[in-house]
Amino acid sequence: MPVSVTSSRLIYDALKACDVRIISALPETWLVHLIRMADEDPEMTLVRIAKEEEAIGISAGAHLAGVNSALLMQNHGFLAAINPIVSLALLYKIPLLMLISYRGHMGEKDPWQTQGGMVTEPVLRALNIPIWHLNNPGDIDRRLKDAQTLAHASLHPVAVLLSRELMWED
Amino acid sequence: MLRADALQAIYPELEDRIVVTIMGAVAVELYMLGHRHNFFYLEHAMGLASSMGLGIALSIPEQKVIVLDGDGSLLMNLGTLSTMARYRPGNLLHIVFDNESLLSVGGFPTATGTGTDLAGIARASGVPQVIEANTCESLKDAVTRALASNTLTTIVSKVEAVGPKSFHMDLPLLENRFQFKRCLEKMRQK
Repeated sequence: MPVSVTSSRLIYDALKACDVRIISALPETWLVHLIRMADEDPEMTLVRIAKEEEAIGISAGAHLAGVNSALLMQNHGFLAAINPIVSLALLYKIPLLMLISYRGHMGEKDPWQTQGGMVTEPVLRALNIPIWHLNNPGDIDRRLKDAQTLAHASLHPVAVLLSRELMWED
Repeated sequence: MLRADALQAIYPELEDRIVVTIMGAVAVELYMLGHRHNFFYLEHAMGLASSMGLGIALSIPEQKVIVLDGDGSLLMNLGTLSTMARYRPGNLLHIVFDNESLLSVGGFPTATGTGTDLAGIARASGVPQVIEANTCESLKDAVTRALASNTLTTIVSKVEAVGPKSFHMDLPLLENRFQFKRCLEKMRQK
């Protein structure tokens, strides 16, 4: 499977450097290595959810309990979680570090991913959620740290979009 | 059983615990019994009180976390039962008040009124301890037992579809949020 192990490792290590202790995730192709790394790390609590909405609640609970968390989701999972993002995270000023695999964008071969790809950024912008694109391995450390810093300073969700260039090795 | 009476019966067990409630009647009735900084009322995001409780329970394993859920809310997020069961934190107690109704929006009947069995769903989802308690005495006993057992427990209590006269709470959402976070930080240090 040509999902980049190197980029996944860099992202995982950057999350550890951000003192992330809880990762909630729903499996998706580009996230397989990240989820495996979280699962194999005794210092990490990996919560495998049934639907992405749950992840918003889990991260909200972790934040109120003083623990840093991150969410791994596909962009369709983000779309599935919009109501709790609005009526929990935005309403109650909860920071979220959302790592979203950006399916359905340039280079996508699967027709079923394309509609979600086209609406991801417009929906994030409509929700006033700041976006960082992760395209280059060299940006990973700095951009994840900065995304978390902004989330905590603003008490607001932030989105880090994991691109095909970063995650997929054709 | 009236939910207000049920809450009164278990209030001594709630007083010093981390409590997360759903919106509506449950929140108001607990608030009226006496607000505490360790109580959080999730006034929207229906279905996610249990997910929040799971996030807190995993973050503060040394403290007990009690979620006060309802049939309408739980039906919106049935996947939460399988996720809780998967990680089964022993410090999490999930109490579901089932009035077979979406009371605060006009009393529309939910599927529990036509046969859906939430205790059965919880059991089949793998929740290791599921108790049905339909009187104040049995509920109180079930809560005491669940807390002592250090086992993830779902308690389902049938209650009448009766709520408070007013849903007003003199507590802005964000005040509750910041109070609760500060309180949790102290409880985590203990």
